[in-house]
Amino acid sequence: MNQTDLGTVITIIGMVLVTILTRSFFFLSDKPWTLPAWAQRGLHYAPIAALAAVIIPEIVMSQGHLIATFKDARIYAALCGVGWFYWRSSLLGTIVAGMAVYLPLHVGLGW
Amino acid sequence: MRELFKHPEFKRGMREISTVAPGIAAWGLMTGVAMSKSGLSLVESLLMGIFVFAGSSQLAATPLILAGAPMWVVLATAFCVNLRFVVFSAHLRPYVMHQSLRRRLFSGYLMADLNYVMFTRRFALPAQDAAGVQAQDAYWLGNAGLGWFSWVIPTLIGIALANVIPVSWGLGFAGILALVGILCSLASTRLRVVSAGVAGMAAVAVFALPFKLNILVGIAAGVALCLLLERPTRHALAEPAKDKGAE
Repeated sequence: MNQTDLGTVITIIGMVLVTILTRSFFFLSDKPWTLPAWAQRGLHYAPIAALAAVIIPEIVMSQGHLIATFKDARIYAALCGVGWFYWRSSLLGTIVAGMAVYLPLHVGLGW
Repeated sequence: MRELFKHPEFKRGMREISTVAPGIAAWGLMTGVAMSKSGLSLVESLLMGIFVFAGSSQLAATPLILAGAPMWVVLATAFCVNLRFVVFSAHLRPYVMHQSLRRRLFSGYLMADLNYVMFTRRFALPAQDAAGVQAQDAYWLGNAGLGWFSWVIPTLIGIALANVIPVSWGLGFAGILALVGILCSLASTRLRVVSAGVAGMAAVAVFALPFKLNILVGIAAGVALCLLLERPTRHALAEPAKDKGAE
């Protein structure tokens, strides 16, 4: 295995601090302060928007481009997961059903 | 603190996160494998795996570190990849401000996409009384705490088994499926579906932006459009007779 480098260790400690800083960003100040009303309304849509913005590129893109083939296991796995969720509304089932489609297509057929 | 562990909401938080724990675990496992295979030393992989607790920024920063990029570039990248959590912290602020600063930093450290979404789904509004505040704290501790373990322990296993588990299996996709399930459970109103669709398309369209800023652009686009679409609904409330086309 590779040698540990002091500079890298310091960088990693810096990353820990950045993780805490970003996630606590608006927790830091004690001063009374509230979001404007429009922003508070906007937050009704933020969680689902964030999830979609994280997930959808992971499903329909590879190497920075929209996929151009239907031979991609991720599409079928995601559709199957969604189908399972609406059938049974089980999160665990969504993961298991999706992977049951994904692994044979991906590992078996190389999709 | 001990009272929080005994609170029924603590167990409820753990139970809800446990339904997606296999997805988190598979994702953590593959992050461990990827870090270990990329050329970080064992000590570096362990430090990153145990303490950084930010999967996508770990994966984004590792190649930069190995390429010898200056520290500020690595940290700026980690900051930008985490920017969506800055938005989430604005949302969660009224829920945590009764805590001490140290406690708030700890609460923030435990924040991840899944527990942010589960928490705001469970508690749509910040509690106004002491009992409600305690229930929220207990839920957060159980939900986020178990989330931390179900990410970090598989990451360590991934580091250990890096030579046994091929990255090509794509086990990490289970993490995406966990998020897909949560996304479906949130799609409760038509505007929220619009928000998801617009955010996803925008994130794809501007994928080429550096530092994963496409995620932030996606959130902004989805939320902004929904705020615009909301307006006719509010007019309709003022004039109930003319509510056609609202939604």
